[in-house]
Formats: sequence, C-alpha cells, structure tokens
Amino acid sequence: MARPSAIWGDGLRGGGVLRLSGAWTADHAAELESALATAMKSLQAGAEDAHFRIDCAGLLSLDTVGAWLIHRARLTLGEKGEVTLVGLKRDQTHLIAEVAQAEIPPEGPPRPTGAYPLLVDIGEAVVNAGKDVSNGVTFFGSVMAALARLALGRAKLRPAAVVTQLERVAMRGVPIIVLISFLVGAIIAQQSIFQLQRFGQPHLVADLVGVLVLRELAVLLTAIMVAGRSGSAFTAELGSMKMREEVDALQTMGLDPVEVLVLPRIIALLIGLPLLTFVSSMAAMAGAALVADIYGGISFEIFFARIQNIIGMNTFMVGMYKAPFMALVIGLIACIEGFAVRGSAESLGSHTTASVVKSIFVVIVVDGLFAMFFASIRY
Amino acid sequence: MASENASHIGHGVQSEIVISVENLAVGFGERLVIDGLALDVHRGEILGVVGASGTGKSVLLRTIIGLVAKKRGTVQVFGHDMDRLNAQRRRLIERRWGILFQHGALFSSLTVKQNIQFPMREYLDLSPRLLDEMAMLKLQLVGLKPEAANRMPSELSGGMIKRAALARALALDPEIVFLDEPTSGLDPIGAGDFDELIATLRNTLGLTVFMVTHDLDSLAGICDRIAALGDGRVLSQGPLEQLKAEPHPWLQAYFNGPRARASHVHSKPA
Repeated sequence: MARPSAIWGDGLRGGGVLRLSGAWTADHAAELESALATAMKSLQAGAEDAHFRIDCAGLLSLDTVGAWLIHRARLTLGEKGEVTLVGLKRDQTHLIAEVAQAEIPPEGPPRPTGAYPLLVDIGEAVVNAGKDVSNGVTFFGSVMAALARLALGRAKLRPAAVVTQLERVAMRGVPIIVLISFLVGAIIAQQSIFQLQRFGQPHLVADLVGVLVLRELAVLLTAIMVAGRSGSAFTAELGSMKMREEVDALQTMGLDPVEVLVLPRIIALLIGLPLLTFVSSMAAMAGAALVADIYGGISFEIFFARIQNIIGMNTFMVGMYKAPFMALVIGLIACIEGFAVRGSAESLGSHTTASVVKSIFVVIVVDGLFAMFFASIRY
Repeated sequence: MASENASHIGHGVQSEIVISVENLAVGFGERLVIDGLALDVHRGEILGVVGASGTGKSVLLRTIIGLVAKKRGTVQVFGHDMDRLNAQRRRLIERRWGILFQHGALFSSLTVKQNIQFPMREYLDLSPRLLDEMAMLKLQLVGLKPEAANRMPSELSGGMIKRAALARALALDPEIVFLDEPTSGLDPIGAGDFDELIATLRNTLGLTVFMVTHDLDSLAGICDRIAALGDGRVLSQGPLEQLKAEPHPWLQAYFNGPRARASHVHSKPA
C-alpha cells in the first residue's frame, strides 16, 4: 500500500489546499498523525477568514481511523477559516459524516499526584480492615443462628452435602498432609538429634518432637494446608456461584444461602480438620521415629517408650482442641470472601487470594493466642 | 475497504465471494453435526443463518473462524484456504474479521473503553490521544453514550453488553463481522434498534455480515439472503420470499407458522 501523506499545495488566497494521498487506514495511523501534525505546524498564523480545501481525490483507501483524522483536521482548520472537503467518493462521504457525529468528551481532571493518593490508599485500607471485622462478626452471627436453627430442628441438615464436602476436605487431603507432615517430622528429628548430640542426650529427641508436633506443628500444618486447599476452593466456588446469580436463585426459592452453602462446608471442616490433625500428628511422629532410628541410632522401642512416659494425654489434646477453632476461622473467611466476589474475573481472583492469605494469618494468630492461654492455665 | 455495494445487494448482482465453505463436515465424537455443507458469503451482504436448535448454526460459525476443528472440507476466506496458511498469515486474515459472541464475551476485568481499545493496542500503533478518540468513536458508532466508556461489563444491561461487544468487534475496522444471535435476550424494540444499527454499519462501513439468528424480524428486516440449516447441510438459501415457498416441512413451519405470521415476515411487501 502506498504511504499516506498530507501535503500543502498552493492555491487559495490566505489559505491553501491540503492534498491527501495514499492509504488512510489504521495500519498507517502513526504516519498519518505525524503527517497531519507537520501540515498543521507549517500553517502560518494567518489572517482570519482564510479558505481551506482538503483534497481527498488521492485517497486509496479510508477506514474509521483515517476518516476521524480527516474530520479532526477539518475541525482544526475550521478555527482559522472556512473548510471544504473535496474529491471524496460517495461511501467515503458517508463514513466521514458518520464519524463526525461522535462527540469526544473533554478529558477529566488530571489524576492527583504526590502524597495525596498514598493517604487515600492508607485511609481506604484502614476503613476496609474495619469493615472486614464487622462483616466477619455479622457473618459469624448468621452462621451461628443457622447452626442454632439446625440444633432446634427448624432447619434441615443436608447430610449428602456434608458428606460430599467432607470427602473433598478430609479424604482427598490425606495424602498430601501425610506426606508433608512425615517430611517435617523427619526434618525436625534430624535437626534435634544433631543439636542434642552435643549435650550427649540424643534420645531427648522423642520428648522434643512429641511435644512440638502434638501441641503445635500438626494442627498448624494441617490448618495451613486446608486453608490453601479447601479455603481457596470454597471461595472460588461461592464466588463464581455469586457471579452467575446462582446465589440469588437460591434466595428467591426461599432458601438461605448460609444454610445451604455455608453450613455443610463449615460442618465438614469442623469434622475434617481434627481428623486431619490426628493423621498429621501420627505421620510426623512416624517420620521422626524413622530418622531417630536411622540417623540417631535410637530404636523404635526406645523412641516410643519415651513418648509413652513423657507425653501426657493433655499434650495430645491441646492440638486437638485447637483444630475445630482453626476450622471455623478458615470456613468463615473463605465463605465471606466468596460472597464478596463482584462481577469480574479479576475480583474472583483477588478474593480467592485474600481468602487464603487471611486464613493463614488468622490461623497463626489464633495459634499464638492458644499458646498463651494454655501456658497460663499450665495445661 | 468500502466499495459501492450497499445499493446493489440483494438484487441479484454477483459480487466478490469473501467466505466460501465447501463439503464441510464437523462432528463431536462419532456424531456429525455438519455433514457436506456448502455455503458462500458475498461481499457487502447480510447473511442470516437459521435452523432448529442443534442443527449446527453456531458450530458452523465457530468452524469458519477456527475455534472448532473440522473433519473434512475447506473454508476459504478472502480467497485463502484457511488450512494452508501459516500462523502469521492466518493472523492477518483474523484481523480482518470481528466476532460478536452470543453473551458478549467482554473481558470482565476491563472497562468498556479498555475492552474496545484492547485489540487496537495489540495490533495498531496509535497515539494515546487517538486511541481514546477511536474508542469513543466506536462506542458512539454502536449507539452507546460516552458515559458508558468507564463502566465495567458487570454494570451494563444486556443490550448495552451486546453493543459494547459489537464496538469491540468493530475495533479494527473489520471487513466481515460474525454475529452469534445478536438480538437474543433483547426486548423487541431493542432488537429492532440493533438490527437497524447493523444495517447502518453495513452501509457506512461496507461490512459483510454473517449472522446466526432466530429472530424472524431480523431475517425479514435486514437480511439480504438467508441460509437455512438442517440435516447437517444447507436446506435452502436465498431471499426470504424464496425460502417461504420451499416445501421442506421445517421451513414451512418456521416461515409460515403462527410466530412468523405475527412478525414482519408476512407484512413485508414481497
């Protein structure tokens, strides 16, 4: 295609003829713009009442971009005097007439710069954090109300939904949780033995691993894993249901979305997370025992005999007591974030991320609070 | 791009064939949805494709634009066999068509304006000012108010989504637009406006329109030619009057049934 151009020819007194030629199409937009800019620049600040003519006879092709640029040139020249367009074919005239109808609104006010937007962001973040807390409490209340209705027999338990969720949360989570717990148990045992050997007491590894795993590690690992696996899934499911108006459909059928969607998931978590915590404890102990045997030369008999003597039931129960609270926190955050999803795909993504990040953060905070609590009651 | 086509379309003058489908077969698994279909689309015409549900109207559209793989047959666009083109030349052809998907398929995380600008940013070298102006221009070309530019797709009504999606389909000044049920889900007045818009755009921009539709009013109002699909092929094609006279039972039921009598199909002078 021929290169487009816009060149002044001589002619009219006090004005001129702008001869356009070549392909005036979107592909040549950059050349077109610069050609027109040059032509406009070379225009002297002449007298008023000049007469201009834009000669389009040389145009090879024209599309909306070209038509718009011609229209724009006509407007610019129009400020200096009278403008006529000549040499257009019939359909090109149509196109320019169509394009000329568009109004381009003036640009909005420039974006503020400097410290102001930063302050706005900080303010918004603080307000949103406050809203998060109040939303959380509200949602917690409605879940508790639904649980109460369930307990009083005024709401239906949906056993099939609970079992399905339980399978997804607990059953399918077993392999990965066993694997990471086993590995973490083994790594801790190896490090402990290495350090304890300096004191000549490598067999204390059983005490150390036993307390650490049963009190803290098993439940933390499990909760973080569940937040990543199931919490994100809950948020994404509820979020896309919300996007496709499925949640609205439930509501119009007279069903409470909290009862139908949230309760089965939270009940499944409340049952599943303690079970997984138990599985995780056992796997971590197995990993530790194996390393103690191979690396520390402490046989299984000695390892488990020490565990039996040193670790009381209370140590085991500390981990198990914490599990349902972790489950509740993960379930609530995942469902709140899921229902907060708005129309776009981006919003679904950001809420899913927020769900996992917040869950893990709150799980660790809750764990810290429990550590303080159990320490102060000397349990 | 545009030629003097608007006036002579539908009056039997043969013009350039822009899409040519021959002996096409498309299927999923064992079942063939389209089997031995042949269809030509001429430059500057509005072709309406009709057929009962499941006769492969949308499949035909998706096969022509390359979203569905075919089992046999050829698809030629602008005289090029789409199978024989390398990726780069294929992309050049793809730039010359625009598609309006049934549900709009606007990118949900971009505003309307950004949606329209998306293909322009990818393919054209426009200055920021021109980019903004072109987006506003396309927006108004499809009859949307400038205020709609900064809205998100989730904040638009059904009719506005269709218009915004059409504006995006027109972003690169295509020569062919494919419309998949453009008026479904619109109220009759909105659908009529949309039909008018398509006819106007065809006349000003010199578009060729390939439209899958169920809307009898669109068929009667703006289509130059209609192709009726059935049994995996084209049962009949031609102007509305010709199809109404066909003896095929489905065509009879479709064009002469109670719904057709209620629409403009029958009130339009032959």
